[in-house]
Amino acid sequence: MTVAFPSFDLPGTMGQASPSPPFSLEEHPPSRGKASVDARIVQELRAIVGARGLITSAEELHTYECDALTNFRVMPLGVLLPESTEQVQAIVRLCHRERTPFVARGSGTGLSGGALPVENGVVISLTRMNRILEIDLPNARVVAEPGVINLDITGRVSAQEYFYAPDPSSQSVCSIGGNVAENSGGAHCLKYGFTTTHVLGLEVVLPDGTLVHLGGKSLDAPGYDLAGVFVGSEGTLGIATKVILRIVKRPECVHTLIAAFPSTNEAGAAVSDIIAAGMLPAAIEMMDRLAIQAAEAAVHANYPDCGALLLVELDGPAAEVQFLMTHVNEICRNNGASEIRVAQSDVERALVWKGRKAAFAAMGRISPNYIVQDGVIPRTALPQVMSEIDRLSRESGVRVANVFHAGDGNLHPLVLYDRRIAGQEAAAEALSYQILEICIAAGGSITGEHGVGEDKKQAMSKMFSEPDLQTMHRVRCAFDPLQLSNPTKLFPTPRLCGEKPGKYEAHPLEIAGIAERF
Amino acid sequence: MSPGVSPQFNERLSTFEQAARTIVGPDNVRPSGTDFRLCPRPQSTAESAQPVLIEPATEQELAKVLQLANNADLSVIPRGGGTKLAWGNPPHRADILLSTARLNAITEHAWSDLTATVEAGCTIKQLRESLSQHGQRLALDPLWPSRATVGGVLSTNDSGALRLRFGSLRDLIIGVTLALPDGTLAKSGGKVVKNVAGYDLPKLVTGALGTLGVITQATFRLHPLPKEARTISCLARNPREAQRLLLAIQSSKLAHSAAQVRFVESMQPQIDVLFEATQAGLDAQVAQLKTLLTPSAVIDPGPAVWNARQELFSAGSDDQSNSAVAKISTLPAKIADVMEALARASARQARCNAVFQATGVGTIHLVGEPMALAFVLELIRCDLEYQDDSLVVYHRPSAKTFALNSWGNPGDALPLMRALKQQFDPKSTLNPGRFVGGI
Repeated sequence: MTVAFPSFDLPGTMGQASPSPPFSLEEHPPSRGKASVDARIVQELRAIVGARGLITSAEELHTYECDALTNFRVMPLGVLLPESTEQVQAIVRLCHRERTPFVARGSGTGLSGGALPVENGVVISLTRMNRILEIDLPNARVVAEPGVINLDITGRVSAQEYFYAPDPSSQSVCSIGGNVAENSGGAHCLKYGFTTTHVLGLEVVLPDGTLVHLGGKSLDAPGYDLAGVFVGSEGTLGIATKVILRIVKRPECVHTLIAAFPSTNEAGAAVSDIIAAGMLPAAIEMMDRLAIQAAEAAVHANYPDCGALLLVELDGPAAEVQFLMTHVNEICRNNGASEIRVAQSDVERALVWKGRKAAFAAMGRISPNYIVQDGVIPRTALPQVMSEIDRLSRESGVRVANVFHAGDGNLHPLVLYDRRIAGQEAAAEALSYQILEICIAAGGSITGEHGVGEDKKQAMSKMFSEPDLQTMHRVRCAFDPLQLSNPTKLFPTPRLCGEKPGKYEAHPLEIAGIAERF
Repeated sequence: MSPGVSPQFNERLSTFEQAARTIVGPDNVRPSGTDFRLCPRPQSTAESAQPVLIEPATEQELAKVLQLANNADLSVIPRGGGTKLAWGNPPHRADILLSTARLNAITEHAWSDLTATVEAGCTIKQLRESLSQHGQRLALDPLWPSRATVGGVLSTNDSGALRLRFGSLRDLIIGVTLALPDGTLAKSGGKVVKNVAGYDLPKLVTGALGTLGVITQATFRLHPLPKEARTISCLARNPREAQRLLLAIQSSKLAHSAAQVRFVESMQPQIDVLFEATQAGLDAQVAQLKTLLTPSAVIDPGPAVWNARQELFSAGSDDQSNSAVAKISTLPAKIADVMEALARASARQARCNAVFQATGVGTIHLVGEPMALAFVLELIRCDLEYQDDSLVVYHRPSAKTFALNSWGNPGDALPLMRALKQQFDPKSTLNPGRFVGGI
């Protein structure tokens, strides 16, 4: 199955826009003048990571030319597979010395092109740094290397009835390091929060190779909340080599309900009533008819055939959950639910979730290609936004299936098209971009959990003013003044880190000889 | 005019004041007078013994005044309710007190979206009253809510026991507007609870003590007010048993909103647990907790026990010259160790009361001679920092002999923090010297 995703770049700059690199890291590089330098760098890199930690052959490099957003492809000069913090530091120092840009990569499941290589740059893959270093149950902390798979954290603590809460749909393959870069969400962040809620500390290799520790196992380390800034910075501020995570005790009981509604309007009204009643479910998910059909065709979740399906999960103490579930049931009925089912066992619940979590992949059953969108809207704007998307879909003849985290207003419209039919891809991309504009106009965001990356960087200037972006850029300049760490992502236009004008004032610590200005 | 103030400085200041009057109106530029009383004297008292108070009415006015001060090389101390002006190290300079008192509107309460946008000068109490009209709250219990403002609480990252369940400000703030010293007004984050577009500046400025920019407005995610609430308490024989019980509660499947241990000198430690739920859920959980705590007897002490943290701060202010109040951040399983170390260090030199939240964040109040207090705190801080924990001094004895740094060692990321400061406030206009590492 080929999956395509949207681009907001100008036509002509998107897609397979990778000219062959001006030089290569292969053993016998073509003689283009820089060959001797290349050979020296290759030798140095090999000395750092060993022969099996360095990939330079074009054939193997193909694996790394994109992430899960496959319509952007760039061949990296080489891929490095470090096994320790020291190796990452040595690689980054070398990149800094040579002014070679680098892109950190986890499992490559990102949906915004965040791990897309940059031209004349290297990829640093963290997959071999995959050890869980410490499990501290009394304090509910886990220390992990960036290459650890999200679900493996839960796997290691589930016997003691703990779990790691952020659960992106790709959680069985995506890495903690990638989650940190993207501030990954998931279906349960309505109640449990995002990756940033669960990352308490980080060991980070800064873009000049310096090692720093942000945050820590205990809360509120003095100083700026740099761990909070680093999470979700999409690899543009450095490379995390160690992550201190918070784990959560499993709730006493979990109840999952699915309710069939005539349309997303009624389902949306039920969501509003649930929230207005003062409940905070663990998850509220919605799928429209097209998405239900696709999921049904793919995994046979035994969903009812209806206009909109609502999935509500409540967890917590048994007495509380049972009481609230009755209430949710009533709310759904009052809003016109024709059928309500409560998953009676873990097996049934798993099946219900399987359909939802497989919804993206299931689109392949009903459309050869599709674009996943990730806009966010205030929950109350749902009916209006849905009808606008519907209108645009009818006008353009491009089908849109809707799957979304209804509790927090994070939409995942799936724009369906067939690349083989002339004009369809362009129409789908146009529609996909219009959906983002609708989200921004409704007071929302261009991305709830997939990140900006390469994909949505042009849309950043729709959401933020130039002073807003310039202010964010100051953070970038503090961490990475040479802009070597995943450059060309996140911001719509290239920006320089110039010297700020201003009077030099000696710091007291400088005068005392304790610190230096840098 | 204080002795030692240079004529050049006075000229700069009066030119600035004149320009500021045209921006905010003549009535809103005046000597700070008693508004400044809580702020410790700058280290160099030669200049500006009493800063000028400026009260802009809009964020545009605020940004203009800030820019003006920055251009005139005058230092600015942002002020909310003035409850925590003494936090941090004494500023190197304090020329202007920039107050958010008139920036106090609740811009928007999107109650059906569970979000609210508030101006920085709005007090926590005012916000609470407004949100409660729709049965909602900002799930936060900071100090002195009737005076503390949204901007001040954010800048000092002040949170109480509710943090266990709802997180601290970093988990509640979803958007922010900042005024930077160069006059930039910038937004970051947004008005939706889920949003990963761009760097998370709301988190960067939370707890930054106003050293990067002045928060003019913030958007928060809200929570419903609880249907019912009940507090259950029990006594422990000693700190070790208190910790054991606290960890047992934490590793249970109870869904409490807060838990704390209070250590009052010469009394048994007391554990408090707060439940917020429906009546049905509450009864079942209280029963479970009682079983868990058996054989200890439990009582229902009412909600007043949750003022314990604020009471420690108040006790510190009542006895200015012989008191210190500090925050300790450690891990839940190290609370007893810390309390024992405190008892050893302060033996015969100081008396100590404390309250620790189940998150491992504690507040301690020490009473003794200033020299002795500095010694005890330094000793404990060394011990804590060695284990990657921290101690921050909030209230210090007024005596000159107490020279302890507020923050301690911020670790190897200090150069990075300085680089950020350089980017946002290159002339060190905002709160110079109050934050970590002399920032």
